[in-house]
Amino acid sequence: MLKFITRRLLVSVVVLFAATYLMYVLTAYSGDPLEDLRTSTARNKEQLIQRRIDLLNLNVPPYLRFFIWLGGVLGVFVGKFDLGKNISGQLVSNELGSAMVTTMQLVLVATVAAILLGVIVGISTALRQYSAFDYSITFTSFLFFSLPVFWVAVLLKQYMAIGFNDFLEDPQIPIVLIFVFAAISAVVWPGIIGGRMKIKVRIGAIAFSITAGLLFILNLTGWFEKPGIGPVSGLLMGVAIAFAVTALSTGLANKKARNASLVVVAIGMLAWLPFNLFSLYVSPLIFLILAVATVIVGYLVGHLMGGQDKAPVARTAAITALLMGAVIALDRFMQAWKPYFESSYISGRPFATVGAQTPNLQGSFWVLGVDKFTHLLLPTLALLLIGFAGYTRYSRASLLEIMNQDYIRTARAKGLPERTVVMRHAFRNTMIPLTTLVAFDFAGVIGGAVITERVFSWSGMGSLFIEGLRRVDVNTVMGFFLITGTVAVLFNLLADIVYSLLDPRIRVN
Amino acid sequence: MIEEKSENAIQQKEVEGLSQGRIVLKRFLNHKAAIASMLILLAIILFAFTSVGIDIGSESAKIKIPGWWKYDYAQINDVENKGNPTMDLLPSFIDGTGMAIGNHPFGQDEVGHDGFARVMRGAQQSIMVMFVIGLVATAIGVFIGAVAGFYRKWIDSILMRFTDLIITIPVVIVGAVIGRAVGNLGAFLLAVFLGFFSWTGLARLVRGEFLSLREREFVDAARMAGASNLRIIFRHILPNAIGVVIVNTTLLMSAAILLETGLSFIGFGVRLPDVSLGYLINENQTAFSTRPWLFWYPGLFIVSIALCVNFIGDGLRDAFDPKQRRAITSKDKRVAKVVSK
Repeated sequence: MLKFITRRLLVSVVVLFAATYLMYVLTAYSGDPLEDLRTSTARNKEQLIQRRIDLLNLNVPPYLRFFIWLGGVLGVFVGKFDLGKNISGQLVSNELGSAMVTTMQLVLVATVAAILLGVIVGISTALRQYSAFDYSITFTSFLFFSLPVFWVAVLLKQYMAIGFNDFLEDPQIPIVLIFVFAAISAVVWPGIIGGRMKIKVRIGAIAFSITAGLLFILNLTGWFEKPGIGPVSGLLMGVAIAFAVTALSTGLANKKARNASLVVVAIGMLAWLPFNLFSLYVSPLIFLILAVATVIVGYLVGHLMGGQDKAPVARTAAITALLMGAVIALDRFMQAWKPYFESSYISGRPFATVGAQTPNLQGSFWVLGVDKFTHLLLPTLALLLIGFAGYTRYSRASLLEIMNQDYIRTARAKGLPERTVVMRHAFRNTMIPLTTLVAFDFAGVIGGAVITERVFSWSGMGSLFIEGLRRVDVNTVMGFFLITGTVAVLFNLLADIVYSLLDPRIRVN
Repeated sequence: MIEEKSENAIQQKEVEGLSQGRIVLKRFLNHKAAIASMLILLAIILFAFTSVGIDIGSESAKIKIPGWWKYDYAQINDVENKGNPTMDLLPSFIDGTGMAIGNHPFGQDEVGHDGFARVMRGAQQSIMVMFVIGLVATAIGVFIGAVAGFYRKWIDSILMRFTDLIITIPVVIVGAVIGRAVGNLGAFLLAVFLGFFSWTGLARLVRGEFLSLREREFVDAARMAGASNLRIIFRHILPNAIGVVIVNTTLLMSAAILLETGLSFIGFGVRLPDVSLGYLINENQTAFSTRPWLFWYPGLFIVSIALCVNFIGDGLRDAFDPKQRRAITSKDKRVAKVVSK
């Protein structure tokens, strides 16, 4: 294994080097970096031109100039990392630092969300193959596949952001709209759950009344002005989570897993109030530590209550703990909504169409978190739609293929419940080929982010790249490419390793 | 058991006495969405190319074939009705004004360019770019994949590392750099250059096909009969891999039109005086609140073209893949009953 990784790493370095060289030369020959000076009317024009030539070594031809740049990059091994200066003489590494954080946030959130949603929807369509639900999701994913990301982004800006902000000025859902939403859910849920016509009608009726009732209550209590979950509905959600996770993970017949999950939910309920008192001191680091601690507590509870078969119970309890923690955190974020909404920087129009954060906004971790959410929502949605389509199609096809395998037939023949067949035998094998797709897709999403950032005027890596390319600012473009190229190569390597670990049929040597 | 038997009967009935090509064609013609998409795409292509005519050649030596539409895409007209679209597709019993096409069905921009002519010209360019990228990338991808998969050993390693190298650069990034460099040479050359960087996925798939097909008996038979390597590659193996190639070429083309429009949108694609659909959206995105029609029509054309190509690709995939079965409809069951009797 070590030999395989070293060999792949060496090959990756060579590939990355060659790709960097190609990009450098292509970018350098793509235009004239002195263009703006040549047409300028400044009196010291000659001097300015000469200064830029000296600054960027423009008198060295690009295919050799690359090695000057490479020398600076390789300085990382002796502690003198140098990405060169951009066309206005500032250090590229300074610019890239903050831009990278912004872009990676966007790309990571969009990718993770796309994978989660895509896999869930893909698998449920595969299990309901050739149903109306399947056909409509297939059509939708084809539609998403064919949408240009910039077009969607502009539409989201115009309709979603502005529409939602208008709605928040007087947050009452009109009754007609409530019935429309309820009718939609009355069609969608039976489609997902399936079954005979009689069951479908019953599920549709239940879905209709629950949706309509919920929206009426939210309307009446003014929930949209001051959102929150609160302990009562929090407890209900927790119990629902405990049962759902147990059902999917081990099956409800496993009483130990169910009890462990319920205990975890109880612990969460007890921790809720202390957490809220303490919450103003939370920083991003503490938040992360708390999240890890939550999972560990869940795992331990499962482990202690697991009896003979500890692993599945511990796993179930850990997942429940994470979701319960998410509910508590979500409630805290929602509490920050009202102060955020009324803050003078927002002036009642929270959903932003430009930028990655509200400038000068000060506040607790929770308020800043809400701010991040309102800024990330639209660009993430725009990026998500495309990735979602791909993952849905892929996981559907993959699961359908696996459901036709002999070992699924064997599993059914020996009388395993359908849940075990799908979740343990089919689902896990569906995930294996997906790892390769994630690796490829990640580079693609970065490309998509370049366009999305421009629509939403984010000052991330994408806009650095576009501006850099426009002015033939080779060092900036290369700084951008160094990051995306490295990420792409690393993800490919990672995918290969994970793939060979997951699939014993792949020989690594 | 009976279910399985009747399924087999359906399949056998479907392919009785037909050659591979006929089977594929028959399956494709049965795919309603694909056929509808094909017709719509053909209609869009016809419409786009006949309406504003075709311009060939550079600025200096232009050959122009005029179309049936009265305005040219570069022509500046008087702004009528504040540039609002004059097209009204609702008949008079709904909104009381009656159906009309008018002078500027897709509206005008603030200078007075005719929206319809510009969208048609943009669609022409985007479609042309889509086909050129598809052709160039398919040719390169098939060649590299075939050679790598057939000869294996060091040729394979070198070609595949080269493929990895190109894959490392996200296609939007390299596309933007290329667009910056050659965008002023016109849309056709831009497309050719973009094709040089879009073949990687296809090359990998073709290589995989070749690796497994080259071990089959018919290849040995051809070699025994004295066929040269080139003949084996192009006459014997490639026809067997044609399904993979065709399906992926269509998917490549739908990605290509989104790539071109995306690049034109960030300003590194097709440039003035020419227009493409992405360019039109970029030009008009700030005017969305005042002139939304300038934004809607080019976008709708991009979506329809890409959607049609995707559905055609889906139909082709189903047609070429014998493992994939359609849903068994009640009509099939009737046929099966007749057959099994």
